[in-house]
Amino acid sequence: MKRLIFIAPLVILAAIIVAFAAGLQRDPAILPSQLLDQPLPAFALASVEPGQAGFGSATLRGRPVLLNVWASWCAACKVEHPELLAMNAAGVPIFGLVWKDQAEAAVAVLTTSGNPYRATADDADGRTGINLGVTGAPETFVVDAHGRVRYKQVGPITRDVWLNTLSPLLTKLRAEA
Amino acid sequence: MSAEIGHFALLLAFAIAIAQFVVPLVGASRGDPALMAFGRAAAGLHGGLIALSFVCLMAAFAMPDFSVALVAEHSHSTQPLIYRLGATWGNHEGSMLLWVLILAVFGALIAVTESGMRETLRARVLGIQGGIGALFLAFIIFTSNPFHRLFPAPIEGSELNPLLQDPGLILHPPLLYVGYVGFSVAFAFAAAALIEGRADAHWARAVRPWVLLAWTALTAGIAAGSHWAYYTLGWGGWWFWDPVENASLMPWLVGTALLHSVSVLERRGALISWTLLLAILAFTLSLIGTFLVRSGVLTSVHAFAVDPSRGIFILGMVVGQTGVAFALFAWRAPSMRSGALFGAVSRESGLVANNILLASAAATVFLGTFYPVLLDVTGGDKISVGPPYYALTFAPIMAALLLVLSAGPMLQWRRDNWAHLWGRLRRPALIGGAVALVTVVIAGPAKLLVVAGFALAAWVLAGAAAILVHRWRLGSNEGSLVRRLRATPPSIYGLVLAHIGVGVFAAGVTAASAFSSDRVATMRPGEQVVIGGVTARLDTVAPMQGPNFTAVRAEFTLINGIRARVVASERRVYPVSGTRTTVAGIAEGVFGNTYVAIGDPGDGAPNGALVVRLYDHPLVGWIWAGPLLMALGGLMSLTDRRNRIGAPARVARPGAPALVPVPA
Repeated sequence: MKRLIFIAPLVILAAIIVAFAAGLQRDPAILPSQLLDQPLPAFALASVEPGQAGFGSATLRGRPVLLNVWASWCAACKVEHPELLAMNAAGVPIFGLVWKDQAEAAVAVLTTSGNPYRATADDADGRTGINLGVTGAPETFVVDAHGRVRYKQVGPITRDVWLNTLSPLLTKLRAEA
Repeated sequence: MSAEIGHFALLLAFAIAIAQFVVPLVGASRGDPALMAFGRAAAGLHGGLIALSFVCLMAAFAMPDFSVALVAEHSHSTQPLIYRLGATWGNHEGSMLLWVLILAVFGALIAVTESGMRETLRARVLGIQGGIGALFLAFIIFTSNPFHRLFPAPIEGSELNPLLQDPGLILHPPLLYVGYVGFSVAFAFAAAALIEGRADAHWARAVRPWVLLAWTALTAGIAAGSHWAYYTLGWGGWWFWDPVENASLMPWLVGTALLHSVSVLERRGALISWTLLLAILAFTLSLIGTFLVRSGVLTSVHAFAVDPSRGIFILGMVVGQTGVAFALFAWRAPSMRSGALFGAVSRESGLVANNILLASAAATVFLGTFYPVLLDVTGGDKISVGPPYYALTFAPIMAALLLVLSAGPMLQWRRDNWAHLWGRLRRPALIGGAVALVTVVIAGPAKLLVVAGFALAAWVLAGAAAILVHRWRLGSNEGSLVRRLRATPPSIYGLVLAHIGVGVFAAGVTAASAFSSDRVATMRPGEQVVIGGVTARLDTVAPMQGPNFTAVRAEFTLINGIRARVVASERRVYPVSGTRTTVAGIAEGVFGNTYVAIGDPGDGAPNGALVVRLYDHPLVGWIWAGPLLMALGGLMSLTDRRNRIGAPARVARPGAPALVPVPA
């Protein structure tokens, strides 16, 4: 019995290593989205910015857009923020769903770091997030002109993600529409 | 040319590290003094070669030599020299080289110092250090060569991430690495003890300075990183529970436990296998800290080198090092002499409580950090774990730790009783209670967490002071107070300082999380707003030109009563990479900081006005002053003769266990 205790660390390490080895085989950015090729669930939310219009699922129709889920408390969102600003400057329509956050905190980020969003929506209690199947921030949905989810990017949008994944997809969707 | 010399030195060091791994271990098991002496020579040479290699890389960055791929990717000729040098470790390959540099220098230090350590132990420690060095060198040489050349060489390089162009970069990573790598020495000692089948007071005395050094550096490094985040990220956060931060916190927690359990082993010969386990764990968690985050298993803000092919190699290293150590542990530890007995109320059991709480805290953080990975692998959901989890799990454990923290040093070794303990702790408890009452009156009874936080902080501070008072009073028949002050060894002052640091930290965290306030204002020059009792006036807004950036700089006058201070906040644009950063203007003070950050000019605000974000952070400086005091305490203890690296063991006192080195 006593001996078993001394073997325990080795066994636990082995289990963790197996889990990590399995984890390495997966691309952490690929997430099966239940919504793939499905229409976006209906929602309509107020903006976090005082006096501004919010947006809803209907707003996103008509042209391919990006729906970016973020929050002021999310460190990885700060990483992708400059990239979003650059994309916005290049004319990509990005809508920001502020997920489980305080509106003032989110506005503060936008005022100090710049605002890449056409509009923001305040999902303080995370209800819309649940309907969208959001698992964490940041996540970005690519929504086509008919309001269907075509792709879900999990984790920050880097230059690489933009150039190799999102940008070609948007070009394709624009051609479809 | 220097890149080739550096690369060659690296290859040579790899060959020597392999020899350093094999030869002294064989020598120690055969009892061959010549083979053991070879280990010392090899460790010295290994250290020298890596140092040469590192200097070569730094030279390439200083020039800057853009024909070296790494330099071209992380340096730009307009970057100031200090950040060109800092860029040497502001990237994956260079930081790996820094890691092996520290490892090799520590190995060389063990080899050349006269520590009075028994030669077989030293040979085995050096052998294992050589093995660790060889693994890392293989990792660098085969997957992350920093000296890779580009042909044709680019004329200009791309820039180091502007967020990293900060004095924080010069301090934070090297300190962290000294901490992480210091634990590799503890690991080597643990493995050597398991091979020898013996971990005694001699062993504990030899390993203790290294644990202390590692812990001190890690404490300072984490604090430096947190402060860096506070002023560069532009919104005043100081801890984000990001996987990489957690990865530095876990070895710190386990290392703190190790620091305390080593002293039990040294003084009382108890907790032998537990101490060995902690030593192995502290280094394993350090490995995970530096490397797993780069493997792509976890996504994180710090993941500047995500590459799954490296991940496999890293997992291999963890298996190779920790797996072997745990296997040794399973094989040898059960047959090692089990420790001395101690009473249920004793210094030993106080330190056991400390260890259990710290280990639980580390396990909590581990679970929070890796649960998403495990859940994903087992086919569950993808989730993320955030601050609410840690508030519910980590904070209560820390509160319990603060509660036992003042009791531990007041307990007698072997056996004590509650009545005596209460006699010594009555005053700190009264002070804690008084602070709780005052807080209830000021903040109201509803703020239970604030009351608990301040009461615990006061209890810890008063407890630390009580250690000295108690000690001086005990020696009251040994002459004047000055004499007693001088007779108190530095390690006691170190302990007191470190515990004071914990109390200061606790007070800072409580105040900063409960009473911080902020506001956003649109301001024009001459206008004023009030934040936390401070009047902030925007004086000037002007463009400015930095060495490798342009900026808008806003100067504020902060008036607090009769005292006025000028601070400046900048919004910088680094044209090479197109990155924007905010430099916050911070008026730091003992009782709190006023933090001012400006937004982009013309962004959301009408003609000429500036969006300004102001924060009042009461006692926030204590969050870093606390760890700084802890680190100072660590340094103080390092000056104690019994903890000095390389100090020969003192001749045995009469009645103390003999410290005579065992003949090889």
